[in-house]
Amino acid sequence: MAQHQVNYASAAGLPVALTSVDKLINWGRSNSLWPMTYGLACCAIEMMATGASRYDFDRMGTIFRASPRQSDVMILAGTLSKKHAEFTRRLYDQMMEPKWVISMGSCANTGGMFNTYSIVQGVDRIVPVDIYLPGCAPRPETLQYALMMLQKKIRRESADMNKNTKSNLRML
Amino acid sequence: MMQQPNKLVPFFENLNFERDDNTMVVNFGPQHPSAHGQLRLMLELEGEKVVKAYPDIGYLHRGIEKMAENMTYNEFLPTTDRLDYIASTANNYAYAHAVEKLLGIEAPRRAQAIRTMLLELNRIISHLFFIATHALDVGAMSVFLYAFREREFAMDLMEDYCGARLTHSSVRIGGVPLDLPEGWLAQMMTFLDKMEHELEHTYEALLTENRIWKMRLEDVGVIDAEDALSWGCTGPILRGAGVQYDVRKEEPYELYGELDFDIPVSDRNDAYGRYMLHVEEMRQSARIIRQVMPIYRKSEPQLMAHAPQYLSAPKEEIMTQNYALMQHFVLVTQGMRPPKGEVYAPTESPKGELGFYIKSEGEPYAYRLKCRAPSFYHTGILQKVLVGTYLADVVTMISSSNIVFGEVDR
Repeated sequence: MAQHQVNYASAAGLPVALTSVDKLINWGRSNSLWPMTYGLACCAIEMMATGASRYDFDRMGTIFRASPRQSDVMILAGTLSKKHAEFTRRLYDQMMEPKWVISMGSCANTGGMFNTYSIVQGVDRIVPVDIYLPGCAPRPETLQYALMMLQKKIRRESADMNKNTKSNLRML
Repeated sequence: MMQQPNKLVPFFENLNFERDDNTMVVNFGPQHPSAHGQLRLMLELEGEKVVKAYPDIGYLHRGIEKMAENMTYNEFLPTTDRLDYIASTANNYAYAHAVEKLLGIEAPRRAQAIRTMLLELNRIISHLFFIATHALDVGAMSVFLYAFREREFAMDLMEDYCGARLTHSSVRIGGVPLDLPEGWLAQMMTFLDKMEHELEHTYEALLTENRIWKMRLEDVGVIDAEDALSWGCTGPILRGAGVQYDVRKEEPYELYGELDFDIPVSDRNDAYGRYMLHVEEMRQSARIIRQVMPIYRKSEPQLMAHAPQYLSAPKEEIMTQNYALMQHFVLVTQGMRPPKGEVYAPTESPKGELGFYIKSEGEPYAYRLKCRAPSFYHTGILQKVLVGTYLADVVTMISSSNIVFGEVDR
């Protein structure tokens, strides 16, 4: 968050906020993370539960979008098969920069219990992952915490994505 | 395999679409918010009318049946959680039921009572999820939020029993691992009262007579009895076509034979009838759970069947008796060795007839395991039902068929 100090009592009109561009942009980015609905398997049910009444993702500024063009973060929830991997990469490429990826659940992290011929052993073989989220399936609280970790990470990054090393890697 | 983005002719494996100037091929999925998982549906449209529909499955194929051939019978049980992940206990039970039939053992009465309650609780969870997603797909967001509120209470009950919210593994071969925790039945009673109240005053009040809901659902996704039977549909789709078939009545397992409940049937054949059916089935599930509670209270505290050849003895016996310890060691290190033979045991999961076929060669590993999952057949009938409907009704039909892709692709 922007560490600004405003004396509201002395200023007659609108308050003046002084901050760096980095912090301002990251404040905006981190507080309106719109994930793409990327439900693949069991974890998708927990992802839906996180978005629903009890856990209520909306209060964190997180609204699920059904289109990669409108979303900032891809929550890969579930088992990614080799047949689907091609589409995952394509959808990731369709997302606008800056973009982040949360790998939700053991299957997405490492293939989990499905060490078989058809499963991608970890989605980081397909897309660069920012947050790995353990559990099978992770509880909704875990997903909320992962999103908070991602917000922290975004606030540490430079607003100029070209300066971030990961983004340089991403361009390769 | 890689598709060419600038290729004008659509590329589909083993599938030819007749192209003339009037039709358009729309690729629906595999990542679509209302595709209920990883369904890829290729639709050939003439204007807004579907001329040809082709469901492409296999995007969640995890090789579960092959995994079963390399796992001991007890090891495989948690894997069944991930089949129909909305009602995990139904899969655990279907698998345990098949293995028990192979071994020729029966769970003790208290275990049967707990299983019946868990199965019906899972049916409620699954049907709440059905109403939530069905309404969401058709455009009623508030029903989704209300239904998930009640579903969380049901999941709390599951969590109190087995510690997991989604992947329960709450049934063991030969019984159940735990007795019900203190106060669980009272909480269950509170939940059932609340659920029935909300069912009447929230979901039905919001949906049943809702004009938009009726317009979107009535005469959409029509499946008649002949189609449903010839495509192998079971569960609410078959009962929604006017055929009174429920494995709980036809081949009763656990306590269902001695319980008093109705099998709701609708002869409307459409999505609206199936919605009404799901609502009524939840009421019947609540009725079943209420009947099982006194049976549970009267039962003996034994939770696992006594079959020393296949199942470990209770913990106290393992700790005090040498023979029980030896048996336990052999069963844990090598796995149980069921007799040679093959078995198929059907159960009524929330989606339809879920059965496991197991072929045993007397080894600790199944020679072949086949899961007869209801959603697979319900996906198949899409190519028949969707032809002639409008594009907007495709989503209604998919959510009305209540398919889960863990189960379809396995």
